[in-house]
Amino acid sequence: MKKLVDIAHSRAGDKGNILVLSLIPFDSKDFDWLVQNITADRVKSHLKGQIKGNVSRYVLPSIHALQFTCEDALAGGVTTSLALDAHGKSLSYALLEMEI
Amino acid sequence: MKEKIRIGCGAGFSGDRIEPALILTEKGSLDYLVLECLAERTIALAQKRKLQNPEFGYDVLLEKRLKDLLPLLLQYKTRLVTNMGAANPIAGAKRIIELAKSQNLSIKVAAVIGDEVLEFISGEEHSLENNRPVQSEGKLLSANAYLGVEAILPALASDADIIITGRVADPSLFLAPMIYEFGWGLDQFELLGKGTVLGHLLECAGQLTGGYFADPVSKPIPGLDQLGHPFVDVFPGGRGVISKVEGAGGVISQRIAKEQLLYEVLDPHHYITPDVVADFSTVQFEEIAFDQLQVTGGCGIERPEKYKVSVGYEAGFKGEGEISYAGSHAVERARLAGEIIEKRIKGLVPNLRVDLIGLNSLHPNDLSKNSNPYEVRLRVAGMCKTLEQAQLIGEEVEALYTNGPAGGGGARKMVTQVVGVVSTLLDRNQIKPDFQLLST
Repeated sequence: MKKLVDIAHSRAGDKGNILVLSLIPFDSKDFDWLVQNITADRVKSHLKGQIKGNVSRYVLPSIHALQFTCEDALAGGVTTSLALDAHGKSLSYALLEMEI
Repeated sequence: MKEKIRIGCGAGFSGDRIEPALILTEKGSLDYLVLECLAERTIALAQKRKLQNPEFGYDVLLEKRLKDLLPLLLQYKTRLVTNMGAANPIAGAKRIIELAKSQNLSIKVAAVIGDEVLEFISGEEHSLENNRPVQSEGKLLSANAYLGVEAILPALASDADIIITGRVADPSLFLAPMIYEFGWGLDQFELLGKGTVLGHLLECAGQLTGGYFADPVSKPIPGLDQLGHPFVDVFPGGRGVISKVEGAGGVISQRIAKEQLLYEVLDPHHYITPDVVADFSTVQFEEIAFDQLQVTGGCGIERPEKYKVSVGYEAGFKGEGEISYAGSHAVERARLAGEIIEKRIKGLVPNLRVDLIGLNSLHPNDLSKNSNPYEVRLRVAGMCKTLEQAQLIGEEVEALYTNGPAGGGGARKMVTQVVGVVSTLLDRNQIKPDFQLLST
């Protein structure tokens, strides 16, 4: 069973209560497939236990990368969150668990 | 005007390693070294230290970072730009002067001030995060505007060897030397955009050379224990070439640069700093030689009308307790322990959080559905108004030793003082940056 981690890498970042996830194919040939198939809705659905708000997707053809901005995703905000990983830094690998 | 300038990043956050800056300065032939050491909470905590003692409030690692670095900066003619001033740049500058004197070194330090704006905040300002008055979050501790290149440039124009600031936007620490050396105009937004791209790439130091990128299975990086920090050669037209000291650990590659370019960027078409609204969507990377990555593209649109201000407030105390279970029924015993704690203190701590580390503490439950670990660690956490309430959480977990499920071991308890941070906006004309020049 294939997962995103087999064809792409990702880094998570945070701004207040917003989680930012990049998604970059190892091989630029897979970029078009990612654009077609890894939509904002699909990311929101995959991380539905984590993301309470809207997910926006940005497509960046010049570097063959996708960026997902996920609102209300960090338990109220990194500074007051009770989560063990308050910044959500490990969530890049949660995204990469998505079955494809 | 120089043909190019070389800027290195020797620290990417307040807890970064000490020696990469020394190696960069000694072997990197840098024109400028940047040490970026301020996170959102850091200034509020530093503000608390300053309230207790007006001689403090600068970065706690200032002396440790500069002790061996000072003579190297002078020997290799490298100017230092750093935000280690935190809540007290002037005190930080004085400390650096004292350090230099103790080593018989002659230096000048410029302290950039003007980011502290608590006196200009009424408290009624709505936060960008919650859209309610910032004072409704809690007792206000600090308010600091993210200053930009306009605050740093006058200090660069003096003959200061070291420029130490408080809250400044990270990319501005890199952009200011570029503007100073190449004579870029503050309204040449395309150039400011390109410079901001390069600053954003470098501001997290080791994250650009393979740190926080390495995965031994899918993307291995050699030498993480000796990870070299990056530097960039910037040319007058805004083109950059990223590299690192030869022989240092890590790698320079497109893949790594892509992750760092997008790191913490809410909207790649509008990356907002005090200097410019930059567009990252046209950036291009090219590996032009071994460990040399060329960066082109990127642009700037306009300057934002307002400054972003980071407001720190008292948010109470976080109490935590942990205990581990292993072997058969480890998960069941850990779950039982969590239920016992909830029954005992949920009334006192309504926001109590219960995690099973090793099973579901990091990610949503459905992702670990079919996993069955050999060992698991219960973690209980809660946010409380007082220290005593927070301490109770850990105490209750520890009391499971004689009152809880079998085989529990390795109990730990912790309390942390919580400083919350929200942001708001202030008009540019309300902010008046300045600097003071000190010398040995």
